Amino acid sequence: MTTVVERVTKVVVDRLGVDESEVKLEASFRDDLGADSLDVVELVMEFEDEFDMEISDEDAEKIGTVGDAVTYIESKQG
Amino acid sequence: MGKLNGKTAIVTGASRGIGAEIAKYLAKEGARVIVNYSGSQSKAEEVVKEIEAFGGEALAVQASVSDADSVTALISATMEHFGSIDILVNNAGITRDNLIMRMKENEWDDVINTNLKGVFLCTKAVTRQMMKQRAGRIVNIASIVGVSGNAGQANYVAAKAGVIGLTKTTAKELASRNINVNAIAPGFISTEMTADLPEEVKAQMLTQIPLAKLGNPEDVAKAVIFLASDDSNYITGQTLHVDGGMVM
Repeated sequence: MTTVVERVTKVVVDRLGVDESEVKLEASFRDDLGADSLDVVELVMEFEDEFDMEISDEDAEKIGTVGDAVTYIESKQG
Repeated sequence: MGKLNGKTAIVTGASRGIGAEIAKYLAKEGARVIVNYSGSQSKAEEVVKEIEAFGGEALAVQASVSDADSVTALISATMEHFGSIDILVNNAGITRDNLIMRMKENEWDDVINTNLKGVFLCTKAVTRQMMKQRAGRIVNIASIVGVSGNAGQANYVAAKAGVIGLTKTTAKELASRNINVNAIAPGFISTEMTADLPEEVKAQMLTQIPLAKLGNPEDVAKAVIFLASDDSNYITGQTLHVDGGMVM
């Protein structure tokens, strides 16, 4: 069973076309991984599909780094 | 072969007038069409029957465009039946004409909510699917009075001018995702909305139209086909005047 971190990493690599080694927990989607604001919206959409959950606009705005996404998803899966 | 074979289109306010004509033309070009209506179910069903009569595919779906939950349900119904959303035509509109001095707050609110907020809500709702598809077309039906202004229509004009600004912004935000967004500004088109005008008002308006005649709903529908098809791949953020030259 793959972990949340692995699944998030795969989504980020696929969507942003970055190298897996760059996708660290502290990496900011915008500042470190080259995402623009629309990319971040799309990433959140992909997380919703991948983890079969709904992420509200308010919550989505708080997701800035890979770690934010992982923490958020894990908290919702509990 | 139609220009829109295999595409799914949503037309808001499609039970009559320009919207009904747009729905039929889209279907003639091969698109599967959601005929959205607010209150006129029987008229919307008639449009669907007409489309089916020439071998097209359509479905009538009730939704109030000014209500977010209602719009969400419209999108869900579209995805459930047709599985994609390729074209959105924001056509639904109402008038509550009055001079500013006499205009009631609810007349202002009703028109802004349907004609402007409705475009925002429907656009927002289809964007997710179109971004996933990496393709889409949004055509907003504005009005020439949104460009020129018109006495007695402060609410309508403000909403339509707002739609033109919204069109440009949506076009800029979504261009990188291959979603083209344009507006059409019809002039004086012969529909129920204009049929009630007194003869002298019509005669006066004709003097303002270089082509010296009213437009028909099909004139607008043909422009929609152009902006919804691959013929306009390199056009986005524009407002196309379909007005007989009224405003240049």
